[in-house]
Amino acid sequence: MSSGFLGLSMLGLIVIAIMMGFPTAFTLMGLGMIFGFVAYFDPSQSAIANRVFDLMVQRTYGGMTNDTLLSIPLFVLMGYVIERAALVDKMFHAVQLSFRRLPASLAVATLIVCTFWGIASGIVGAVVVLMGVIALRPMLAAGYDTRLAAGVITAGGTLGILIPPSVMLIVYAAVAGQSVVKLYAAAMVPGFLLAFLYFIYIIGWAMIDPKVAPRLPADQLRIDVPKATQQLTGYFGTNALLASIKAVFSPAKVKLAAQLAVAQSASAAALKSEPGLLASLTYRQAWRSLGAALMPLLLTAATLGASWWYVVVHSAPVAVEQAVVGGSLQEPPGAATDSGGASSGVQEPPGSAAAKEPAPRGGVQDPPGAAGTANPVESGAIATTAVAAAAAVGASTSHVPTAFYPIFWSLFVLGAVALVLYYRSFRGENLTVAALLIESVMPLAILTAMVLIVILFGITTATESAAVGAFGAFLLAWRSGQLTMEKTREAVYLTAKTTAMVCWLFVGSALFSAVFALHGGQELIEKWIMGMNLTPIQFLLLSQALIFILGWPLEWTEIIVIFVPIFLPLLTHFQVDPLLFATMVAVNLQAAFLSPPVAMSAFYLKGVAPAHVTLNQIFAGMMPYMFIVILCLVLMYLFPGMTLWLPEFLYGR
Amino acid sequence: MNTQKLLNAVDGFSTTVGRTCAWLIVALMLLVCGDVVLRYVFNRPSQWGFELSTMLYGALFMMCGAYTLAQDGHVRGDFLYGSMKPRTQAGLDLTLYLLFFLPGISALVYAGWDFAGNSWAIKEHSSITADGPPLYPFKMLIPIAGALVLLQGLAEIVRCIECLKTGHWPPRISDVEEIDVVKTQLEQATHVDEGARAQAIAGVTQIEEGAHQRAAGGQK
Repeated sequence: MSSGFLGLSMLGLIVIAIMMGFPTAFTLMGLGMIFGFVAYFDPSQSAIANRVFDLMVQRTYGGMTNDTLLSIPLFVLMGYVIERAALVDKMFHAVQLSFRRLPASLAVATLIVCTFWGIASGIVGAVVVLMGVIALRPMLAAGYDTRLAAGVITAGGTLGILIPPSVMLIVYAAVAGQSVVKLYAAAMVPGFLLAFLYFIYIIGWAMIDPKVAPRLPADQLRIDVPKATQQLTGYFGTNALLASIKAVFSPAKVKLAAQLAVAQSASAAALKSEPGLLASLTYRQAWRSLGAALMPLLLTAATLGASWWYVVVHSAPVAVEQAVVGGSLQEPPGAATDSGGASSGVQEPPGSAAAKEPAPRGGVQDPPGAAGTANPVESGAIATTAVAAAAAVGASTSHVPTAFYPIFWSLFVLGAVALVLYYRSFRGENLTVAALLIESVMPLAILTAMVLIVILFGITTATESAAVGAFGAFLLAWRSGQLTMEKTREAVYLTAKTTAMVCWLFVGSALFSAVFALHGGQELIEKWIMGMNLTPIQFLLLSQALIFILGWPLEWTEIIVIFVPIFLPLLTHFQVDPLLFATMVAVNLQAAFLSPPVAMSAFYLKGVAPAHVTLNQIFAGMMPYMFIVILCLVLMYLFPGMTLWLPEFLYGR
Repeated sequence: MNTQKLLNAVDGFSTTVGRTCAWLIVALMLLVCGDVVLRYVFNRPSQWGFELSTMLYGALFMMCGAYTLAQDGHVRGDFLYGSMKPRTQAGLDLTLYLLFFLPGISALVYAGWDFAGNSWAIKEHSSITADGPPLYPFKMLIPIAGALVLLQGLAEIVRCIECLKTGHWPPRISDVEEIDVVKTQLEQATHVDEGARAQAIAGVTQIEEGAHQRAAGGQK
């Protein structure tokens, strides 16, 4: 129709216009409209009958009825409500106490809270500022290296846009016509691998050079055990679990213990004038302590039980059917968006339980269950090997993979050993930490885990679980007494603005890319890249390098909506798996967001850091994380199976 | 000062419409949750659930376009823009509003009017399910949302001219920002250093602005 030259000038103009800072959605619409008008121009018809108008309105309507984008406002709402419902400060305190024995415990706690918070809310700027206030000062005060302290906040703060449920991946799915669930499944392992690599880096640095992260002074390690717990362990024995069991079975003694404590403090002549201040043990508190003490056991048992149920009971009939019918099933068992039959057709990989199964952490004194959900990072690696093994055998005729039982039982034994070790020295402090974790981390952890599990295992669609997740976030806010009209209003308005921003951009880019292709710009670029006779690896390097560089000045929305589509048609030619490419782009953008001197989060952190922390120190702290992300990209390229096994295992090919 | 009144009136109108439509998200959430209950608990999916949810979503983001523009919430490449002087920003914006925004959005209004008119003429109903919901009111949202954005865009053009005259940006209606959550969180924080907390709460807005002017921040 017209030369590719016009198409290329469109691309040039869009880059210039974005650099000039005009709202990108309208730049795209305007450029698309003007160039489309030229492309469709027909002297014989009147200007207002130009077909570009049809194209424009069709693309807009397409955006309005896009059922992939439909889940964006729901996930965004969930994030904003959670941001207002759960207190980061309490979470950080609880996580920090439970990791107090690790080297660089404050940095580790920061990373975990950032990751976890990022997963739940998916919003970058706020978490960096927040952690800058909550975690940076304690780290600096404890004598941590400024680079270590600043780096972990900026790197942890950007993880949320990668790890599902992430809005970025939904937009990518909408742009690329991919399935959201598959993208989520693919991003799962690399996302947690990245967090795990960060973790290794922090611990490794602190072990090699203990000066960068001195141990906390003893008085900061001490845990304020509540009076009631003190009385409990004081009267019924030092092991808090046994003590609470005893207390629950003898209500009379509870009263006695409380009276004794009152008498003691009275004899010490303390608090006599204000008896209200003296919290004494009640029978209800005894039950509550027992609940808190048993929670790790319950969570471990629940995850093991659920994985057994999925693999052995839940997936049995379908697996048999699969074996009989073989490849000629009318509908692939993994058609996860199909709500009816497919819900029973999806197996839970046995190792997913291991993602929450804290067994290998027996040496550390945390409540295994709660910490396990809050920190799937460590056990993620074990989960990987476990499920990979299970997946390899999954194709065999028996519906229970042969590797399942050995893995299951070894996890069972590991879990049991860990729990025994944990409970053997379960003192009042441990009970206190467990109670703190249960209060601050667990509700959110369970909500997030549920949302992800029902999406990944194809039980509901992404939209449905996002809606239920948002509803759950409201419940969480209500439960913690944070649900006020003011906060609801804030969350609703912010959701509206974010959704409008993303979706108008999507509409603009839909018009733009259609016109771009119409002018042959797409074809020209494809010919040009193919003319370079690249090998697949060269193509990957070129495309990822371009995206990396674009990530400096641009936001992820612009990159994914405008520039990624240019590469997508080339993937088949270079035989790059589209899922792998998508995940690599998502990881790559992490590196771009961590590259000095353009990274936003550094400037956010600088805004709250004490005056003596310079930007250069923050940049120096960020740099290694950028290289870790690049290392992660290399690993993803070398071992594509790492990214692809989960989607393949869950949904088949 | 009359210009400012005009700007406030238009901003206020866009904001009110946008904020009202923003509540559609709650309706959307409840609708989908209700559908989930019907489908998975009672095994009786509703007929219109899916299409209604799509319509709620479409209405939500289209009708909030002008609100987002009034709050300067549409993503822009602020890498260079953030560190420019207000006059330069206004000059660039004005040019691009005239060059890209006006043709693009006018075309959307015009084409949307035509599109919705056709649908209205045949009283079009959705054909995804038998006896689907009516589509013409939904399609009518395209020209309406387009007109709202166009109106707000004209206000933005006036704003640019005003800034070119005075050298600073006319103020916008204050609204909740993403960064405000820091304030909410810190007000309830119990384990935080008091001084740092007060400082951060006081300076939240500046932190955001400072971060967006990356070059300026770098010289500090």
